[in-house]
Amino acid sequence: MSRRWSSVLVHTVLVALTAATLFPLLWMVSASLMATGESMSTPPPLLPASPTLAHYRDLFERLSLGRSLANSTLIACLATFFSLLFNSLAGYAFAKLRFPGRERIFAGLLALLVIPAQVAMLPLFLLLRTMGLVNTVWGVVIPSMAGIFGIFLVRQYARSIPDELLDAARVDGASEWRIYRSVVLPLLRPILVTLATFTFMGTWNDFMWPLIVLTDDSRYTLPVALANLLGEHAQDTELMMAGAVLTVLPVLALFAVLQRQYIAGITAGGVKE
Amino acid sequence: MSTTAALTRGGRAEAWAGRAFVAPALLLIAVFFLFPVLAGFLLSLTDFDLYGVADPSAVRVVGAANYAALLRSSVFWRAFANTLVFVVVGGPLTVGAALGTAVLVSARATRLRGLFRTLLFAPVVATLVAVAVVWRYLYHPRFGFLNELLGLVGIEPVNWLGEPKTAMLAIILLAVWKNFGFSMVIFVAALQAIPEHLYEAARIDGANAWQQFRRITVPLLGPTFLFVGVTTAIGYFQLFSEPYVLTSGTGGPLDATLSVVLHMYKEGFRWWNIGYAASVAFVLFAVILVFTLLQLRLRPRGER
Repeated sequence: MSRRWSSVLVHTVLVALTAATLFPLLWMVSASLMATGESMSTPPPLLPASPTLAHYRDLFERLSLGRSLANSTLIACLATFFSLLFNSLAGYAFAKLRFPGRERIFAGLLALLVIPAQVAMLPLFLLLRTMGLVNTVWGVVIPSMAGIFGIFLVRQYARSIPDELLDAARVDGASEWRIYRSVVLPLLRPILVTLATFTFMGTWNDFMWPLIVLTDDSRYTLPVALANLLGEHAQDTELMMAGAVLTVLPVLALFAVLQRQYIAGITAGGVKE
Repeated sequence: MSTTAALTRGGRAEAWAGRAFVAPALLLIAVFFLFPVLAGFLLSLTDFDLYGVADPSAVRVVGAANYAALLRSSVFWRAFANTLVFVVVGGPLTVGAALGTAVLVSARATRLRGLFRTLLFAPVVATLVAVAVVWRYLYHPRFGFLNELLGLVGIEPVNWLGEPKTAMLAIILLAVWKNFGFSMVIFVAALQAIPEHLYEAARIDGANAWQQFRRITVPLLGPTFLFVGVTTAIGYFQLFSEPYVLTSGTGGPLDATLSVVLHMYKEGFRWWNIGYAASVAFVLFAVILVFTLLQLRLRPRGER
């Protein structure tokens, strides 16, 4: 097979696969702009006859999904902030600060990685219930404020920080906190962007834990609100698609901006394992 | 003050800082993860249920009774078998799709690699609940695009989510679409690490594209295969949201899409059979542990 033909073949297959992969997302956007009931005809239309934003208005005005949007944003931002703070402190300390038992504690943490999160969920729910945190933002945020994977990610990156740099700062009389704040954090910036993206998207997209902890629909995050909406409005395809767009658009936009860091984070964790 | 004294002093400050810096994260993990896991095991040995939620003093230790009940429960075995089908069929399909697309994306002839990689990756970052809602309509027996597509080649409409026979297949298709991009980018990175001169040498020796793939690419991807395969399997054992959204939280029709985690969720958080649900969680943990240990055993010697 000549080189030109193989190039045409590869690109044809790739374009077809990419189109098929994106089809559900594109159709979601298209159907969200259709008039009520328009998508439910044979053959199903690909594009709206006359695009309308009526369903989005409905979501905000009648079904108060704006509240869920605010809840999701608040929860994802809080989780991201605390995960950056606690994981960067711990990851840096495990990589660079010598203290007794450091390696043993870190090995213990890594061993905990084999335990699936679901194993902790029932007792965690009972624990948060006695703390009065069920059906609150903090009940959703607390379990993702520190994570073993995040600590691991920061530690691997922080190991490349030269000791001389830290020692020079110590000789200058800087406190350890000051060193972390003004020397280490700027150097960790790239991995912190990756960690922030992971945490934000992870908490935004999470379904099972908020579904368990949040009992009142005014507290729902978008995925929980959307699943709930499906119960009453399964027949309103176009409305449901508008809700789906509202839910995925923020993460897809964030991914479009930070895709390089995001994918780099995955391959760093995967290939070197 | 001598240098050694200053260093010891500095070392002590460093050690204290180290402890202080790891403390918040360790405390959070201990209180909100490790403690619940241990408590969960104890819970699984009790009859903690709705009455226990109201009055914890009424809870009794029942030993392994929950585990015995679970092994006798046909619903649990149904959920276990469904999950196993999802892992055994969905896993290889996902890894296969990931490898296929990764080879295409990294082919020498391919232009705009970064763009294809990013676009094919998009479903991975998309919110699962939202895309599951979308797929629910793509599976619609009358107006869904999947049946429309099948109709073009003369296949009768299928009631994807309404028939026990096809419901799990529908879940698998959604999962493959949602997840292949994740393994794909790992394969792409591993493919880029294979030295180009190996292929050149093979071409000089007259090897065709398939032979190059079979004799160079596949063996050198071995460790990546293992990693991707085991990660996918572990993730797939935790199947929950797909059947929850596609079947309105039931795992139907007729428990055909009930997964182990959905079973645990329904028992624990809907019926408050917390002791029993905790035992389901630990059985899941045991299964996942076996897979993880298998990965460690299969890993070539010399690696961590």
